[in-house]
Amino acid sequence: MDVTITLNGSDVTHDVEPRTLLVHYIREAAGLTGTNIGCDTTSCGACTVLLDGTSVKSCTVLAAQADGSRVTTIEGLAETDGTLHPVQRAFHEHHGLQCGYCTPGMVMAIVSLIAERGEHELTEADIRLGLEGNLCRCTGYHNIVEAAMAAARAPELRS
Amino acid sequence: MIPAAFDYVRAESVAGALELLAEHGDDAKLLAGGHSLLPLMKLRLATPSVLVDIGRLSDLSYVRDGGDHLAIGALTTHHAVANDPLVLAELPVLAHVAGQIGDPQVRHRGTIGGSIAHGDPASDLPALVLALGGSFVVTGASGTREVDASEFHVGFLETVLGGDEILSEIRLPKMGDLGWGFEKLTKRAQDWAIVGAVAVRLGGNGSVGVGLINVGSVPVRAAAVEASVAGGGSAAEASMHADDGLAITGDVNASEEFRRHLCHVLVHRALDRTLA
Repeated sequence: MDVTITLNGSDVTHDVEPRTLLVHYIREAAGLTGTNIGCDTTSCGACTVLLDGTSVKSCTVLAAQADGSRVTTIEGLAETDGTLHPVQRAFHEHHGLQCGYCTPGMVMAIVSLIAERGEHELTEADIRLGLEGNLCRCTGYHNIVEAAMAAARAPELRS
Repeated sequence: MIPAAFDYVRAESVAGALELLAEHGDDAKLLAGGHSLLPLMKLRLATPSVLVDIGRLSDLSYVRDGGDHLAIGALTTHHAVANDPLVLAELPVLAHVAGQIGDPQVRHRGTIGGSIAHGDPASDLPALVLALGGSFVVTGASGTREVDASEFHVGFLETVLGGDEILSEIRLPKMGDLGWGFEKLTKRAQDWAIVGAVAVRLGGNGSVGVGLINVGSVPVRAAAVEASVAGGGSAAEASMHADDGLAITGDVNASEEFRRHLCHVLVHRALDRTLA
């Protein structure tokens, strides 16, 4: 079946089997390998992308379910001139990674968390709870949370 | 892990979904958010040959004020339920429970109706609906019927839903600021409950409803606990009846003995909050 997705702002169409998972569509059909597959069981969050603006685990969404939707991956966050997204910049400045495998999913989950906060000021507890679906096997959570706290204060992300 | 091959059809309306179910019969399975079904399909524990995707039926995503109850569309996501102003005001226990399912990504996709129709006794929502004395609206080709929550789950992953029917709405009595308590033990934050307990005040007369999670093949209403409270029993006394009559088994997560212990402890804590 043809599945058309607005992937990082560009419409792409690929003929895939109905059983194709969104993460396989992104990585194999569209060739964007920034989204990682970790546990493949909806647990680790490495495959987190934004589907119509909110975080989802792309190992547990069919590409067919995303047909006609907007999907944003880690490749779609930075400006075209290379300027990092505030969450990416915060990860850089606060060294929010060790091996880096969970990082794309962490970043996407935090982008969604910050977008959803509304008028609410995110606390450290909010961020730790908000990242319960993202596992870092290096256990490098401290700086990830620091980065998320810093990103939440970024003026560009203030609505 | 990749599911076994299947045909995918997308319903554009409830009537269209019912037609597709009638056309494909027992080979078809409804797909809502997919966060119960797709993991099973990836493990090939479920191999439907046709998926009828109802995920876009936005007319089944709502929270409405039904007077003495809230009516919640089956395709309302856990995230939407947890953050809905009506739910927060009238059924804060539901907002709390929905907000603790899985993790944020799961709550963005998973739906209240999908979770309940899937019927996993380890899921939190069916036990809450039981404790509240809620009901389900089931839509079929010949119209709708309302099923009491106590009659809906009949076996492991088995409900009274016919193969040509859709769970369309969940009805729950309003609680306002009546007391409630929800306790679940998980090994990791996002896990299913090893055992969970939910208690709610039912009306102003002091009676309570108590539901248990993951203590059998179906969600369980702890009738002996409710009777004990109705008879004047304290939270400590009533909670000792939490596992009365239950055929609890052990598994890789917990022995039978530990599960029975958890029934007592978690019901005790949930009742303490409810009766406070």
